[in-house]
Parts: sequence; C-alpha cells; structure tokens
Amino acid sequence: MKRYALVSFLMAALLFCAGYAALFVAPDESTMHAIQRIFYFHASSGWAAMEGSAIVFAANVLFLLKRDLKWDWLGVASAEVSVAFWTVVLITGPIWAHPVWGVWWTWDARLTLSLVIWLLYVAYLILRTLVNDPERRAVVSAIFGVFVFLGVPLDYLSIRIWRTQHPQPVVFGGANSGLDPTMAKVFFFCSGVMTVLMIVLIRQRYRLERLRHEVETLNLAAEERAEVVR
Amino acid sequence: MSSARAAAIVLGKEIRAEMRTRELLQTTVVFTLIVVTLFNFAFEPTPDEARRFGAGLIWITLLFAGSLMLNPSFVREQANDTIYALRMSPASAFAIVFGKSAANFIFLGITEVILLPAFSLLYNVPVQPVLGRLAFILFLGTFGLVMVGTVFSAVAAQARMRELLLPLLLLPVLIPLMFAAVEATAGLLAESPALDRTWVSVLAAFDVIFFTASWLLCDYLLEE
Repeated sequence: MKRYALVSFLMAALLFCAGYAALFVAPDESTMHAIQRIFYFHASSGWAAMEGSAIVFAANVLFLLKRDLKWDWLGVASAEVSVAFWTVVLITGPIWAHPVWGVWWTWDARLTLSLVIWLLYVAYLILRTLVNDPERRAVVSAIFGVFVFLGVPLDYLSIRIWRTQHPQPVVFGGANSGLDPTMAKVFFFCSGVMTVLMIVLIRQRYRLERLRHEVETLNLAAEERAEVVR
Repeated sequence: MSSARAAAIVLGKEIRAEMRTRELLQTTVVFTLIVVTLFNFAFEPTPDEARRFGAGLIWITLLFAGSLMLNPSFVREQANDTIYALRMSPASAFAIVFGKSAANFIFLGITEVILLPAFSLLYNVPVQPVLGRLAFILFLGTFGLVMVGTVFSAVAAQARMRELLLPLLLLPVLIPLMFAAVEATAGLLAESPALDRTWVSVLAAFDVIFFTASWLLCDYLLEE
C-alpha cells in the first residue's frame, strides 16, 4: 500500500513538472502563442495512446497463443487506459483547433483516425461487458482486438489518400521540419511523463483485474462448498 | 474430408435451411428497399444529387443490412444447439466459417441484385453502362463484409445483447472497406465513369488481410 502511495506521489510530481515545463520553460511559438502549449500534452497523450493500443494488440495475440488469463488482464487494462488517452487527445485537439483553424473539428486524416480508433476500442470494452464466462470473454475479445488492430493501417491508408489538413509531423518529419531545441526538450520530457503515467495506470488497472478474478474464483468455490454442505 | 468439401457441405446446408423458409432473404430484401425509400424522404435528391450520394446510399444500406442479416448465422445454431453437432463434425472450424460466409455472400448478393435496379429506377441513375465494373466492386466489398461479419456473428452469438452488439462490432471495423467501396462506386456512377485502381487495391487488401485473419483465428472462435 505504501508503495502505491509513493508511486502516486511521484507521478503527481512528474505531471506537475511537465505542466510547469510546458507553460513556463518552453519558448513562445511565434504565430500561435499560448495556445500552442497545449501540444505538449496533446501530442504526448497521442503517443501514449498509440503505445497503449500496441500493448492491447500484443496482449491479445499473446493470450491466444499462451491461453494465460494474465494476458487478458493486460489486454483490458491497456485498452481502458489507452481509451482514456485517446479521449484526452480528442478533447485537447479541438481546444487547439478552434482558435487556430477556426473550427472545432475537421475530417482530416489524423483526426478521423483517432476518432475511429477511439470508437473501435470503446466497442472492444463494451464487448467485454457482455460476455459472462471469463475464458470465453478473453477469447472473443482477443479475436476482436486482433481484427481491430489489423484494420487500423487500412484506415490510415484510406484516410491518408485524402488531402490532409493536420500539421505535418514536426518530430522525425522531413527536411524542413524541426523544433526549437528547448521546445524539443520539453516535448520529449512531456512524452516521457505521459508514457510513465500510462504504464503506472495500466499496472494499477491490471492489479484491479487480477483481484476481481480472485474474488470471482473465491465466490465460485464458496458456492460449490455451500452445495456440498447442503 | 478436405476443407473445401466440408465448406461446400456447410454451404449446401445453409442454403437448404434458408430455402425452406426464405425468412432471412425476404426480410433483408424488404429492409434494403425500405432504406432506399427512406433516403428519398430524408434528402429528396435531384438526379444529380442521387448520382453523387448514390454510392454512399448503396453501401450504407448494404452495411446495415449485413449487420442485421448476419446475426442469425450463428445465433440460429446456438438456439437450436446445433452448434455442438457442427463442432463434432469432421469439418474444420475454417470450413464451417467459410461455408457460412459463402452462404451469406450468396444471400447478400441476391439482395444486391434486387437493390441495384430498384435504386437505379427510383433515382434515375443509369447503371447498365458500368454494370460489369460495378459488379466487380460489389463482389470485393461484399466478400470482405460477409467474411468479417460471419466471424463477428460467431463472436456476438456468445454474448448478451447480440442483435445490438453485432453492428457495434462490425460497422467500425468495416470503415476502411466502406470508404474504399463508396469511393470506387462513386467513380462508376459519375458523369464520366472511371474505375479508380487505388480504391480497388484498398478493397482487395482489406479482403486479403481479413480473410487471412479469419483463417488464422477461427479455430479459437468455435472451440468450447
């Protein structure tokens, strides 16, 4: 218990530092000014969300191969956490877009893709609530998860064929792209913090799922014993 | 027994069962006609607009029809406990899923044969000049739709709220398929029709990827 309190405290401190760095350390952007600072959280949440989705896929495949419920717990934990991060991405995006683009939303490549992925993982979580048997739930949601993940590159491809309005990649982009060195440092720091936050949340959620499974097993055992006594 | 032969037997069984009642076919056909009619009341399109939105209408109708008609594919087996008989038969899981997909492909194909002339007639959009190419797009699109849909029908059959669940699972996964199919169909319905190869490739890629995924995963799908 003490360890969890410590981890939570450290996490809060890291998030505070990230917020401070984004607001006060990073230099002012020349055309967008203050609103550009939301990027440090928007883009880094996007990274964490994508990493989380990749973990869901890995957990789903590993479950199908190994048939160990542990991988199912990891699957649901990372799916829930990555849906949370996708939600942050989808909320912070329009907050930035409205003053800069003049609209809250536009059907551009990356926006559309984030929305589609969000819908897919929400469907994954809903499917899980509708299957009672833990073993069957794990199998069918793993199958669905693999299908979801396979569709994402195709979504990306078909949406990409359309003209895109989203800012072109600044990090690892083409020759003309690039960040001010301080901006880059702050950005990578924020991304790192978001990734750590994602891992911490997945661990907590995983633990919760394991405990739930334990309770379920104990309940079943108790019922069986009651039958015997009767 | 080879998988192809087993799949053919499952296909034959599905068609025989359907032909006894024809309930799935008649419901689906009438459903698509209703949607096509509703389109008129919702948008009251001019022939020009019908040309522009027709492709979207056709595919939205097919996707909705598919997400409803694919449900009984496995729910029926579950309700009659015939799923155990299927599992015990020497047919592989893939043969069962593929046989059922083939049957669903035929049922949805028949629906399209009725839907397409009805759409063309009601909205004054000539389709005869591009019929061959249109059939090709419909083939690719329907193949992907029923393949994924049949697998998800087996998934939904194991859950509660299955009638609502199947569209919820199926429609978002089919987004790239619908995207490509609508674009390709719109290209054919335009004033100067052309078949866009890019979208045909996306459709074909969708079919290949999800056919392979179904083949790899369907053993898990039907196990007990």
